[in-house]
Amino acid sequence: MRKLYNYCDQFCKDQIIFVTKEDHEAPSNAELVEDDPNDPYEDHGLILPNGDINWNCPCLGGMASGPCGQQFKDAFSCFHNSKEEVKGSECIDFFRGMQECMQKYPELYPQEDDNESAPSGEAEAEAEAVLPADSTKEVASGTESPATS
Amino acid sequence: MFKCKAAWNKLAPLARASSTLCRQAGKRAVFRHERTPQFVQPAHMSSGPSGGGGENTLYFVLVGATCLAGGAYAYSTLVGDRERYQQRITEIESRSSKPAAEPSTPAKTQLETAVITDQGMGDVEGVHPPVVEESAPPNETTAEVLTEPVSEAVVEPSIAEPVQEEAPAPEPAAELVTEAPAPEAVPEPPVAEPCLAEPVVEEVTPEAPVLEAAPELVVASEAPAPETPASEAPAPEEPAPEEPAPEAAASQEPDSGAPTPEAPAPEAPVPEVSAPEAALEESAPEIVPEPPVAEHLVAEEPVTEALVTEAVSAEPLPAAVAEIVPETPPVTQSASEPASAAASPAVEPTHAPYLLIGGGTASFAAARSIRARDPGARVLIVTEEDDLPYMRPPLSKELWFSDDPTVTETLCFKQWNGKERSIYFQPPSFYVSPTELESVENGGVAVLTGRKVMHMDVRGNKVKLSDGTEISYDKCLIATGGIPRNLQVIERAGDEVMKRTTLFRKIEDFKALEKVSRELKSITIIGGGFLGSELACALGRRSADLGLEVVQMFPEKGNMGKVLPEYLSNWTTDKVKKEGVKVLTEAVVKNVTYKEGKVEIKLKDGRVVKTDHVVAAVGLEPSVELAKSAGLEIDSDFGGFRVNAELQARSNIWVAGDAACFYDIKLGRRRVEHHDHAVVSGRLAGENMTGARKPYWHQSMFWSDLGPDVGYEAIGIVDSSLPTVGVFAKATAKDTPKAATEQSGTGIRSESETEAVAGSVAVGKAAPTPPPQQKEDYGKGVIFYLRDKVVVGIVLWNVFNRMPIARKIIKDGEEHADLNEVAKLFNIHEE
Repeated sequence: MRKLYNYCDQFCKDQIIFVTKEDHEAPSNAELVEDDPNDPYEDHGLILPNGDINWNCPCLGGMASGPCGQQFKDAFSCFHNSKEEVKGSECIDFFRGMQECMQKYPELYPQEDDNESAPSGEAEAEAEAVLPADSTKEVASGTESPATS
Repeated sequence: MFKCKAAWNKLAPLARASSTLCRQAGKRAVFRHERTPQFVQPAHMSSGPSGGGGENTLYFVLVGATCLAGGAYAYSTLVGDRERYQQRITEIESRSSKPAAEPSTPAKTQLETAVITDQGMGDVEGVHPPVVEESAPPNETTAEVLTEPVSEAVVEPSIAEPVQEEAPAPEPAAELVTEAPAPEAVPEPPVAEPCLAEPVVEEVTPEAPVLEAAPELVVASEAPAPETPASEAPAPEEPAPEEPAPEAAASQEPDSGAPTPEAPAPEAPVPEVSAPEAALEESAPEIVPEPPVAEHLVAEEPVTEALVTEAVSAEPLPAAVAEIVPETPPVTQSASEPASAAASPAVEPTHAPYLLIGGGTASFAAARSIRARDPGARVLIVTEEDDLPYMRPPLSKELWFSDDPTVTETLCFKQWNGKERSIYFQPPSFYVSPTELESVENGGVAVLTGRKVMHMDVRGNKVKLSDGTEISYDKCLIATGGIPRNLQVIERAGDEVMKRTTLFRKIEDFKALEKVSRELKSITIIGGGFLGSELACALGRRSADLGLEVVQMFPEKGNMGKVLPEYLSNWTTDKVKKEGVKVLTEAVVKNVTYKEGKVEIKLKDGRVVKTDHVVAAVGLEPSVELAKSAGLEIDSDFGGFRVNAELQARSNIWVAGDAACFYDIKLGRRRVEHHDHAVVSGRLAGENMTGARKPYWHQSMFWSDLGPDVGYEAIGIVDSSLPTVGVFAKATAKDTPKAATEQSGTGIRSESETEAVAGSVAVGKAAPTPPPQQKEDYGKGVIFYLRDKVVVGIVLWNVFNRMPIARKIIKDGEEHADLNEVAKLFNIHEE
């Protein structure tokens, strides 16, 4: 026992637990702190608490910051604020402007025939591009999952 | 004691005797003490009533003579100095009068007047004393002298003159400088040219007042069409509304090759004078004509200056000043400048509202953040590398796993989701050209490659590049990252070894190593951390195909020894070995030599490794050279620039990425060298540069892949010296985790209840003696790193998509009694 004591004293800093699936079946009783939805420090997803669009959201990728960023912002804001039956139907001019701009940079905005679902399509395309752009693997998923809700 | 007493007894009467008049003492002494008369007698004071004896006279003579001699010497010295001074002045005057026969004094006074009047104008704050002083030493030409008085005058009122960046030259220098500055202009240009690169502005400054004095002349000089094509090139360099820029540009023009020794200063001031608003670009071309014209002007200017008396000088000066004043505001307002600056086609930027030093991950993330938040923002990235911003992790991972033989050219890799992408964040069409940055309609991001920022002037809000360009900014981000550390033994080993050593960090290092891996037979990697282990695995995978021997050596006991707890580190080392790498643990390099065509590495324990090429992956040294000139604090514990929780170093300076030692509200002060941290901190710095004022809050994570079997993600402080608790998914109920853990000496807290009896018995038996080598398979699990019972770091071992939960646990910073319960949140048994 003495040996064990010394053993543990010196080396017990790394503890290991092996658990089976059954061990983890019962719900956890670990307590997590409530999240404050209005925490100013937190990174918010695509939509900020006050309803504005978070242009810095990783989910948007470089859309709002590239050469056609201004056009994208106009189009997407219009779409977001649109209360029409067919959402965004009055924003067609903005989208056209954005598309024209994007056609000038085929390298940046590969044409994927997303004319109708322009914002979501681009956002999706951009999201995929963003994932590696910002970080690989779960980084992107981790940061983007709240955003793409 | 007795001696003292005796001495006192002897001397006391003497003292008494001398204090009282000798007569009294003598009388009493005779009666009381026998010895006193003997003492009293010699106790003659020179100040006694008798006035001393013959010795006094001698004394007086000697002292008097000494005083006289001293006085005479002092007098002669002073007189001689005065004479010499007069001689010097006349000499200087005669020198100055040679080119323009202008009395130095009036010139000086005129200059000063000009300077003083200028002072009223400058918007730009901060004459830059450090800048001037810096330029002062290198300038050994008269130009310097010229600048000195000007700068001095400028500095004294401590008003940033638009024209002057000069620092205050010491006042005494002014005396020397009193030589006609204008006349000096002539000799200056030739001399100034070599120095232009450095104190460009300074030289310009003196010129400025000079030029101001001769506005009409300036105009005349500007009128001529661009005469010197050579000057054109430098001229474009100063497009922007930067005052220093034009001046610098002007100076640079001669530098860049203006054949004739134009007075650079006159040029710069001249354009400034002539082109008040926005016309900086216009002035640029004008600067070109100026050089040739300046020559003529030089002779004339001094005359002009001479003509202008102090009172009179005020006239042209105000005119010049007025012109300069408009320049100043344009200079400071970069926004307006871009609008107005349209003339020069290929002028490099001299002002950037957002200047990002360094072209890596943090810088790009900041650029993106700024552009997203500030519409129409103009962001300039200045990088030492020749490449556009790219991401580093694939250089040691995915790019090596690519099957594409042209991968070194395309630099494309396959992501985890199957899609191919380039390591460059954006293709070149994303960026605007630096020369168009100020004029492009909606702003953009421009990248200046191949330039290093050598000097930072915080008071004047500008930086100086390696090619001499000066760029002023409104907000600046320092994201200089770091350079790979090298081992001292390698550095001392000589050129042959250095030629065969790679310090891996950049694209060219990847290309070189890739070439080496195909051509040579043996590569040794020194270092067992992230980079070393990843490279070892990547090369190990190729070793079979290429017939390449891959050796990895490090002082720790296992791969990632400083990050993972010992049992996991051992397990990882085994995996690395399975990838085909020869791993030498507990290996400390003693010395390295080049022998018989091989690099020979001798270890302290006697082992010797002979190899063809060495890769040193022993850490990163943060690049903090700018700290000195910028006056920024360097952290002594972690290295890097010390910044607050909002990543701010000083008012308009932020630092992000590898080089930032920042305050993490949850985890304390730290410096993180991971990719996601660079993204997160760069993004945060960009937000704060656009006014967000948010602290470092979103915890960054990192990951590593060691071959196809081992992949983990981690967040927070992951230091193997902290106590850890690891929760692993057991494949079946029969698994015994004992082997690896007991071998490494880690304690087992508990096993599942079904195994309780067997477990305790096993523990009792196994603890004293390590069991046989049955390696536990740490397939997947979660490891918590604790500090004072609070979880400060988490490693997700082969468990993915759970980072948000891990982030939350660290953010909470709670003490959890049972970490198994916390581990339940991760659902490690599910995919």
